[in-house]
Order: sequence, then structure tokens, then C-alpha cells
Amino acid sequence: MTFEYAPAPESRSSVSISPKYGHFIGGKFVAGTKHFPTINPATEEVLSKIACGTKSDVDAAVKAARKAYVGTWSKMSGKERGKYLFRIARIMQERAREFAVLETLDNGKPIRESRDVDVPLAAAHFFYHAGWADKLEYAGLGTSTKPHGVAGQIIPWNFPLLMLAWKVAPALATGNTVVLKPAETTSLTALLFAQVCQEAELPAGVVNIVTGDGSTGALIVNHPGIDKIAFTGSTEVGKIIARAVASTKKSVTLELGGKAANIVFDDAPIDEAVEGIINGIFFNQGHVCCAGSRLVLQENIADEFLEKLKIRMNKIRVGDPMDKNTDLGAINSQEQLLKIRELTIAGDKEGAQRWSPECALPSKGFWFPPTIFTGVTQGHRIAREEIFGPVLSVLTFRTPQEAIDKANNTPFGLSAGIWSEKGSRIFWASQQLRAGVIWANTFNKFDPTSPFGGYKESGWGREGGRHGLSAYLKGFSHE
Amino acid sequence: MSLVATNFYGLVDGSDSSLKKFLSTLPGVDQVGAEARAAMLATRSIKTTSKRWAIDTAISMVDLTTLEGADTRGKVEALCTKAVRPDPINLAVPHVGAVCVYNDMVGIARHHLDLVGGNNIPVAAVSTAFPSGRASMAVKIQDTSDAINAGAGEIDMVIDRGAFLSGDLIGVFEEIVKIREVCGEKAHLKVIFETGELVTYDNVRKASYLAMLAGADFIKTSTGKVAPAATPPVVLVMLEAVRDFYAMTKTRIGVKPAGGIRNTKDAIKQLVLVNEIAGPEWLTPALFRIGASALLNDLVMQRMKMDDGYYASPSYVTID
Repeated sequence: MTFEYAPAPESRSSVSISPKYGHFIGGKFVAGTKHFPTINPATEEVLSKIACGTKSDVDAAVKAARKAYVGTWSKMSGKERGKYLFRIARIMQERAREFAVLETLDNGKPIRESRDVDVPLAAAHFFYHAGWADKLEYAGLGTSTKPHGVAGQIIPWNFPLLMLAWKVAPALATGNTVVLKPAETTSLTALLFAQVCQEAELPAGVVNIVTGDGSTGALIVNHPGIDKIAFTGSTEVGKIIARAVASTKKSVTLELGGKAANIVFDDAPIDEAVEGIINGIFFNQGHVCCAGSRLVLQENIADEFLEKLKIRMNKIRVGDPMDKNTDLGAINSQEQLLKIRELTIAGDKEGAQRWSPECALPSKGFWFPPTIFTGVTQGHRIAREEIFGPVLSVLTFRTPQEAIDKANNTPFGLSAGIWSEKGSRIFWASQQLRAGVIWANTFNKFDPTSPFGGYKESGWGREGGRHGLSAYLKGFSHE
Repeated sequence: MSLVATNFYGLVDGSDSSLKKFLSTLPGVDQVGAEARAAMLATRSIKTTSKRWAIDTAISMVDLTTLEGADTRGKVEALCTKAVRPDPINLAVPHVGAVCVYNDMVGIARHHLDLVGGNNIPVAAVSTAFPSGRASMAVKIQDTSDAINAGAGEIDMVIDRGAFLSGDLIGVFEEIVKIREVCGEKAHLKVIFETGELVTYDNVRKASYLAMLAGADFIKTSTGKVAPAATPPVVLVMLEAVRDFYAMTKTRIGVKPAGGIRNTKDAIKQLVLVNEIAGPEWLTPALFRIGASALLNDLVMQRMKMDDGYYASPSYVTID
């Protein structure tokens, strides 16, 4: 007797994708000049053609954003701004299925995650910031807060809509207007969001979306008409941006890479810790900047724990992201798949032991099985470099201090996890860890009220919560 | 005395100190994490062929139950007929796992099951002063042996929750060992925790191991008289326990959620838990049962719907 789950595909009928898209500037969709295809990474099907933003497109977007800032948005009361944000949040909830399906088609993530995580959290960010719009003077950030003006925002492909929400909602709540560039491979939900802005009757030019590749991003970063840059993406690009804005008046926040340690002590709730490790590294195919990509495991429970982890990994359902029962979807792009392969081959060569459950991968599209490497030490590349894929490196420790030392021995510092049933140990460890977000007995939990951001090479500034507001107001750090 | 009851799988020696020591090695259960895992598994979408398989499997796992003060010979006989042929107009529908009744109804149930072609369906008797467990040991033993003598093939005993909560774990353990002895080879023993009274998942895990060590064939969530009963996270913790106990002893213990599982959707969620936590080896009536009464009709109705493509009027399903 076996319990095979029959395919349970989500319907595509809720979305309509145009064959070709332009940009969203000054409240209108405008045609682009040159285009590149955007594909479904699970099937390699071409979904649409996306415009590659040129200098004149970026100029027009910045001009529209400036006009909206000077003419409308900066003059509007916080209460009125909040009304628009509430309206956007409600429309996103109403069109949640459409957003979820489109996100999964364009990104490759499982529909269960886009439906249960990405879209509800994106709407929650708009609701939360809608509430702040008329209460900024009570945020403990001074009684006469001032927005920067026009914010240039560049977002990654791992959580396309959610990262848009993290950027746009606080910017608008604090009175800025924005020029946003979605990632090259995942522009579709941002373009759907542009429709939501129209439906919400947001004043023209408050939100402008210019699609394109890195060259379009560079045009935004270097544009003299932009007052603030907010970027989420790789540390490599983050450094280029930091250099580019260093000699300007631009304010900047950066949300960069990570190599988080998920520390399991021998007094952990073991079954839930196994689940937390799985969630920490295999959620969103490991395309998560705060992924728990290093399991730092107490040596005296290592064998038993890894046995349970492998049993659990055998249950991960890899395949069609549109199937409601899929746990691990497609790798977002060929480029990313090659990067994951390169690093895992380095892991093999450096003598770490690779293990994956038996799982059939689809013949088309970009796929990588859930993978763990044991026998990893601080000296391995796979313990130091961000793989940004479903690959876990397992390190062991003997004493609590050794766990902390290993966890902190990285140029990154975005997140960390602690698994222990002992409260005093959790408090002690969280004080020692150099990471912006620390989870205890859970992992990858996000909430708009909680600030998110990194230490060291993981970034500058915070997004979300009261701290996140300050990134969009004059007079705070990194100006 | 059976072998298991004398050596307790070699894991404890039957003394208070060895039992306490063993139970103290069990890791804690993080409530938030366990509930999140159960909630995630509840999102599994079971359709078409897998739904059909799940419905038939669930029917074969039902312990069709009546535990009312108002139970009569007529009521129990009707239940037995239903157990053999859940859908009298479609004999492809499998029979249920067992019929579960009070002690004094065991003989009637056994006799009637044999009469209507259900000689392969065991009668399960609730025992040890069900549902409260508040009686002397002599009464509990008598209760159990009466039921076995009347033909019960399965004994659903309740643990002494008062003893458990006051820390008298060895008292609970010894009661189970004694009832196990009374059952001998004649009856399967299911041990009911009443998880709604034990409250915490840590207690559920502890009770699971305690009962398994003492010789239970099955561990069961609830009497059906207390809410909450067989919630998905409680069943999840028990399934983890039987999975890990198998890794230690190579013995598979069964799990029986009971109480609150009223429709097909809930039953299928339970099967998903079994499949993904304990593993597919547990997807058999020998290792997983669902204690229920109203559930059976919903399963039958959903099965008809899968055959016919539309929902039949309730008039097409027998009421008992």
C-alpha cells in the first residue's frame, strides 16, 4: 500500500500575461525600446518579453517621480497617504491568487509558498506601513520628520513581490516617491503591482517601475535626480553601489548576502529543530539571503540528528511549482544553477561528503536536489561562500563558545538560529552572535513590525518596523 | 505474562528510577514548531486517485464506535451491520477496522458480527473504568477480563491521568503492565491517554513512551468524552514517538486518534500525517485506526460522490 499524492495543480486561469511589457512611468504604461524574454524556470517556457530600461526611460521615471513628489505627495497629509496604502493592501489581498500564480510561474517557487508566505506578507507590509503614515512623529524619530524625496529601489529575484513591498511601502508611508527596478528574471509581479497602483488611483508618478538588467540598475544608482538608494541583492553588487554613491549626497540602505549559522545544541527540541533546519535551508530553494545555510551541530548528537534530518529530507517533494503539494521548486535561472553546481563541485573536491535523497528531477527547467554536505569545516568554500541554493553545510562543535566562534567566523552577519530548550542558553548565545536577525527555536519568520538587516558584509540599515522607517527619513545613518 | 511485559524491550527494568531515567532522555517538544508542522501538512491537497485510495483506507481503519449510556442491543446490532457493510448498495466498500463498545455490549456485538458476516472484524471494548479511569485496580482487572471473556479482541484501556499528573509515573506504568498481562495473547491492548487532560505535548510524548514500554500495542489519544481530543499536533507527536520507538526496538506500535474526526477531510489529514511522519508502513489498519462514529457516513458519502460525480441526498446513506 502506498499513498501517492496525485497531481494537484493550481489553475493558471486567474492570470493573463501580455506578450510584451513596457515600463510604468507617471501613472501610465509606456512602451519600451528593446526587450528580453522572461521565462518560467520550471519549464523554460517564454512567458513574455520585458523592456530593458534605457537612459531616457530612467530619466523619464525620475522626472515623473520628482514631479509627483513636489506637486502632490510631499504636500499630502500622512492620513491621506495612509489611505492609498490601505487601498493598495486591500487590492493585493483581493488579487492574492493572481499574484501567487504569477509569482510562481515567473520565479519557480512552489505555489504553496507564494500563496501562504510571499503574497500575504507583502499585503501585511502595506497594511503595517499604512498605519505609520500619519503617526511618524510618534515613531521616536523626531517631531518633524522629512522624507528624502525620490528613492531609487533595486530588488532581487528571490522574493520579487515581497521585496517590492518591503521597499515601496515604507518609502510611500514616509512621503517619498519611488523609481523601482525589479530583477531581470522576475518582473511580472511588479508590473501587476503597477496595475494595482492604477486601480488604487495612486497619484501619477508616486510609483514608477522601470524594468531591465544590471545596466538599468546602474542608471538608477548613478542618476543625479535620485536622493536615496535602497538595494537588496548580492554583496558584490552592493559594494559597487556603495562605491558609486560614496561621493554623492545620496542616502543608501543595502540588504546583502548571508551565510547564517543555525546552531543546534544537544538540549534542543530535536524534531522541531530538524524541521527548522529543513525550513531554514530548503524554503524557497535556499534562495534566501538569511537562509540557515550552515548547520552548526553539537557533536554529541550529530549522528542521531543527521539520521533524522535525512529521513525528513526523503519526504521533501521536488517538482512542478504549480502543484500544491510541492515543497521544493525550480532554481530561478540557468545562471544561478551553474553557480550552485560550481560551489557544490568545489565541496566535493575539498573533501566534504555530499548526500541527497533519491528524487527524480524534471527534464526541462532548472533543478537542483536538496543536498547536505557533512564533514565541512571553516576552511571549506561551502562553509564561507553564499551558495544561494538548496545546499546545507554541516559543521560540528564541542562547547557553546566554539559554536559562537564558528557562527561568527564569517564576513556576513545577516541572521542566525539557536535551538535549545534552555532559556538562559538562548539569551547568552543571542548576545554573542553578530547577526542582525536571530531566531530561537524557529527560523525564517518574518513580520513587518520586526526590523531586518545585517552586520558586516550583509548590509547597511534596517527594513521593517520602526527602524525601517528611519531609512526613508532625513537625518539618519548612511547619508 | 508476555515476554515484552517482563523485559520492557530491555530499555527499562520496571523500577521507578529506570523509568524516570529513560523518560528524562526524551527531547522536549517545541509547541510552536510542532503546531506549525502539523498546520503545514494540513495544506496537502489530496485529489482524484489518491483521494479514492485514502477514502477506502480510512474506512478500513475506522473503529466504529458507540459509547453512550443509552446504548441498547438494537443500537449495537445496527452498528455491527454497518461495520460489515458501510454501504449496503455497494459491496466494494471495505468493512471497518473494528467495532468499539462498552464492556457489557461486547457479547452482543461479537455475536451479531459473526451473524452478519463480520467474523473477521474484532470487537474493541473500552476498559479500566472508562472514561475517567477512577476505580480500584481489582475493578479495572475485572472490567478487562470480563470483556475478553465475552469475546473482545481489543482492549481500549484508559490511563490514570490523576496519577500521571501527580508524578506517579510508575503507578501508571504498572497499571498498564497488569492490564497487558490480563490481555495476554487474547487481546490487543490500546492505551488511551486523554491528551485533552495531559495538555502539553511534552506529556503526550512521555505518556507515549511510558505506554509503549509497558507493552501497549496501540497508543490512543482520547476517550471522545473530553475536548480537545485528536488534534493534528497531538497525533504528530505520537507518530514521532512510534517512529522513533521502532528505530530503538524494531517493534511497530500502532496509533489511534479518536474524538473530533468527523469528516473525510479531517481523516485524510490524519493519513497525510501518518504518511509523512511515521511513514507509509503505518498506513494499515494493523497500525493505524481512527476512533469515530459520524465519520464513516461522510466517508461513504464522499466515496459515492467520487463514483457518481455528484453528492447524493443523505437518504442514500444508512443512518446506522
